[in-house]
Amino acid sequence: MNALVDSVATAEATPEKEQPYAALGLKADEYQSIRDILGRRPTSGELAMYSVMWSEHCSYKSSKVWLRQFGEKVSPEMTKNLMVGMGENAGVVDIGEGWAVTFKIESHNHPSYIEPFQGAATGVGGIVRDIISMGARPVAVMDALRFGAIDHPDTARVLPGVVSGISFYANCLGLPNIGGETWFDPIYQANPLVNALAVGVLRHEDLHLANAKGAGNKVVLFGARTGGDGIGGASILASDTFSAGGPTKRPAVQVGDPFAEKVLIECCLELFAGDLVKGIQDLGAAGISCATSELASNGDGGMQVSLDEVLLRDPTLTAEEILMSESQERMMAIVEPDKLEGFLAVTRKWDVETSVLGEVTETGRLIITWHGETIVDVDPRTVAVDGPVYNRPLSYPTWMDALNADSAEKFLRPSDGATLREQLLTLIGSANLADKSWVTSQYDRYVMGNTALSYPDDAGMIRVDEESGLGVALATDANGRYAYLDPYVGAQLALAEAYRNVAVTGATPVAVSDCLNFGSPENPEVMWQFSRAVEGLADGCLELGIPVTGGNVSFYNQTGDVPIHPTPVVAVMGVIDDVGRRVPSGWQDSGDNLYLLGSTHLELDGSAWAGVIHGHLGGKPPKPHLTREHDLAELLSAAAHEGLLNAAHDLSDGGLATAVVDASLRFGIGARIWLDELLERDQIDPLTALFSESGARVIVAVPREEDVKFLRLCEGRNYPVARIGVTDRGADGAGADLEVQDLFTISLKELRTASRATMVEHFGAVVGYAADLSGSGIHRAPGGGRISE
Amino acid sequence: MPTIVVEVMPKSELLDPAGKAVTGALTRLGKSEFSAVRIGKRFELTVDGAVTEAILAEAQQLADDMLSNSVIEDVVRVYVLEKTVLESAPA
Repeated sequence: MNALVDSVATAEATPEKEQPYAALGLKADEYQSIRDILGRRPTSGELAMYSVMWSEHCSYKSSKVWLRQFGEKVSPEMTKNLMVGMGENAGVVDIGEGWAVTFKIESHNHPSYIEPFQGAATGVGGIVRDIISMGARPVAVMDALRFGAIDHPDTARVLPGVVSGISFYANCLGLPNIGGETWFDPIYQANPLVNALAVGVLRHEDLHLANAKGAGNKVVLFGARTGGDGIGGASILASDTFSAGGPTKRPAVQVGDPFAEKVLIECCLELFAGDLVKGIQDLGAAGISCATSELASNGDGGMQVSLDEVLLRDPTLTAEEILMSESQERMMAIVEPDKLEGFLAVTRKWDVETSVLGEVTETGRLIITWHGETIVDVDPRTVAVDGPVYNRPLSYPTWMDALNADSAEKFLRPSDGATLREQLLTLIGSANLADKSWVTSQYDRYVMGNTALSYPDDAGMIRVDEESGLGVALATDANGRYAYLDPYVGAQLALAEAYRNVAVTGATPVAVSDCLNFGSPENPEVMWQFSRAVEGLADGCLELGIPVTGGNVSFYNQTGDVPIHPTPVVAVMGVIDDVGRRVPSGWQDSGDNLYLLGSTHLELDGSAWAGVIHGHLGGKPPKPHLTREHDLAELLSAAAHEGLLNAAHDLSDGGLATAVVDASLRFGIGARIWLDELLERDQIDPLTALFSESGARVIVAVPREEDVKFLRLCEGRNYPVARIGVTDRGADGAGADLEVQDLFTISLKELRTASRATMVEHFGAVVGYAADLSGSGIHRAPGGGRISE
Repeated sequence: MPTIVVEVMPKSELLDPAGKAVTGALTRLGKSEFSAVRIGKRFELTVDGAVTEAILAEAQQLADDMLSNSVIEDVVRVYVLEKTVLESAPA
C-alpha cells in the first residue's frame, strides 16, 4: 500500500482519522452525511470532491428550492422554441432557419476583486467554454459590471484591471464585445460584480450535451495541462496528507491563456463536425471533480478514471489537488472507442494535448484511481446531483417598512428652466449615466464582421445568417437600487428593461438568462430578498411569455458585513429576421417627429435623480407593467418591420431627459422638445416629465411621411402616444442644440463634454476624445489608468 | 552609478502562458533538451549615489508593493548590481 495515498482501503482501516472538513467549507452535518452515504469516512480525494461539489457555488444548495420556479412557471408558448432548458451548461433556443442560439451569463465576482485582470479574463474564458460545450461557435460576449464609488482609490485598481482583463481575453479570442453595463455604488466597494455573458450559434443538428453514455466509451481530457491554479482550499488536504514539510498554500486564482482557448474552440468545432464526440463538458469550478461526477450522473452512472493519466504542468500535485484544480482551457469528452483515433488526430492537428483517463461503465459508481490505489469510489449522483438542499430561514427585513416610507417625493421639484438645466447636466455627468466609452472602446466590437449594434445602443446585435440577415439582439440590465427597495419589483424591472432594450432594436425578445448576485444566504434578510427576486423574475417571465434558459447564482457578496444591494442581472435575447431592419437608438436626420410611447407618472423613488441630486435611496420603485411591456414590444416590432422608425430609445435611468440626451449625442442630431401635451395628459410637473423612471416607455423618431401610419398603429393597439418634439441638426456650421421649450437649451457640445468628462477624469484619457475635451479642464487623475497586470 | 536589480517571476503554481508559448516554439525548433520555459521580469533601478541599507529596503518594499502583483507573482531577488559587471561589457 502506498503510504502517501489515502485510498478507500486506508479509509476503511482508519475510520477515526480526523479530517479537515470545516476548513474545506463543509458543515459538521454535511460531513456526517458524506460518511452516511459512503458507509465509512471519505478518503481525502472524496472529501475534496464532495466539499467543492457541495459548495454553494456548485450545488446551489440554498437557492435550489427557489430556482425551481423557473421550471414550474412556464407556459407551452415559453417552451415551444426551447431546445435545451435549465440545468445544462447553457440553454439553447431555436431561432428558425435551422439555426439555434445558446447564451448564458455567469458571475466571476470574487476572483475579480482579488486579481482584477486575471479574475475578469478567466470569467470570460469560463463562460465561452460553456457555450462551446453545447456544440456552438461563440460569436459575442457582453459584460455587466458593478464597482464601488467611482472616486474611491481601490476602484482605480479594480476597474482598469477588470476592463483590461476582459478586453485582453475576448480580443485575443477574436470575439466582439457588444455591450453590457458599468455601474458604480459604494455598496460594491469590496465586492465588485463581474458578470460575463457569452452567446454562440449552432445548426440544430450540432447540439451536444454533457453526459457520459455507453459503457466502454472513453473519457478523454484535452486542452491545457492541469496545474496548481485556483486550489487554495485543497492545500489543506495536501498538507494533511504530507504531514511533514507539505507544500505551501496554493494560490486561489487562475491565469488564463486566450490563445489556448481559441485553439480549443476550433478544435472542438472540428470534433463536433466530424461527429467524434458523444458527450462533452467544460472544466470550470471544481475541475475534474465536477466534470467526472456531472458527466457520469447525466449518463449511465458509472465511470472509471485514472488520475495518473492526467497531464500535469506541475508533477508535485497531489491527487486531491488534481481533482480540485481549476486550471483553465480544459475540456472533457466522452468518445466512442472506434472514434478515438479520429478524435486524437484532430487534437493532434490543433496541437491540443489529450489524454484518455478511463471509460464509461455500468456500475453506477465513479471510481478514480491514483498510483494503483482506488482513492474515490462513490455514486456520482451523491456528488453532483443529490447534494444538500437547504430551506434557509427568511425574514422580512426590519428596516424595510421605514425604507419604503421614505419617499423622494419629499424633495422640492423645481420647475424653473435654469435649475432643471443644471440638474440635467449633473445627472448626465454622474458616474452611472456618464458615457462609458472609456470601457467599451477597449473592446473589439466589430471583429468577425457580424456586429449590427453595440454600445451605446440599447442592445447588442449580431448577424447569425450572412445570407438571410437573421440575427439576435441581447441586453443585460439590473438596478440594485430598485431591488433594494423591493426585490420582487426590482427583478421585474430589470427583466422589463432588458426586454425593452431588445425590443427597441426591432427584435422580438425570446429568452432570458440571469445572474443573481446577493449577500450571504445565511442572513435571513438576504435570503428573503433572494426569494422575492426569484419569485418576481419567474412571475415576470411567465407574464411576458419568455423562458429562463439558465444562469447562475452568486451569494456571499458583501462589503464588510454589509450585503450588496440585491442585484439580479437579467439578460434578454431577442430574434430579428433581418438585421438590416434593425432600429438604431440615435437620431439620424432633421425633421423626424419624436413620439413618447407610454405614460409617465410621479415615480422618482430610487431614481437617478433622487440618488444623484439628493443622495437619496428610499420609497418604492416604479410599478412594473409587464403586459404593457409586451404590447410595446409587439408595437415596436410591427413598426420596425414596416420601416416606420428612424430611431427608438428606451427610457430608464434618468428618465426622458437622459434618453433624449443619449439619442441626440449618438449621431450629433439635436431636437426641440415640448412637454405641454405630456404634462396635461399625465397630470405631472416638468421635473417628473424629465426625470421620472416610469416603465414601458420608449422614445421613437418617425419620419414625417410615415407619421399617419405610425399613429394608426399606436391607436390600433391602444398604446399611449404623445408627440413631444422634432429632431433638428441645427443651422449649418452652428452645431446642434437640445431645446426643451420654455425651459432651457443646451448645446450638444456642452452635453457631450458633461457626459464624457467623468470617466476620463477618474481613469484617464479615452482614444479619440481628446479634441472634444480640450479646454474643459480635464486632467488625468493620479492613480488612474491601468494598474493591475 | 549603482543599480538595484529586482527580479519577479510568475508564481510557480500558476500558468505562464508566455513561457508555455516559448516552450512550444523550442520544441518545434527541435530544441528538445529544454523541457520548460518560464518568463519573468527584471527591473533595473538606478540610484544616484551610494546604495544605503535604507535605499535597498525601499527598493524591496517597492518590489513587493508596486513592481510585482503578489497575488500571481513572487519577487525572487532584489540585489545591487556590481559595478564591475556593468563595465565588463565587451570592448
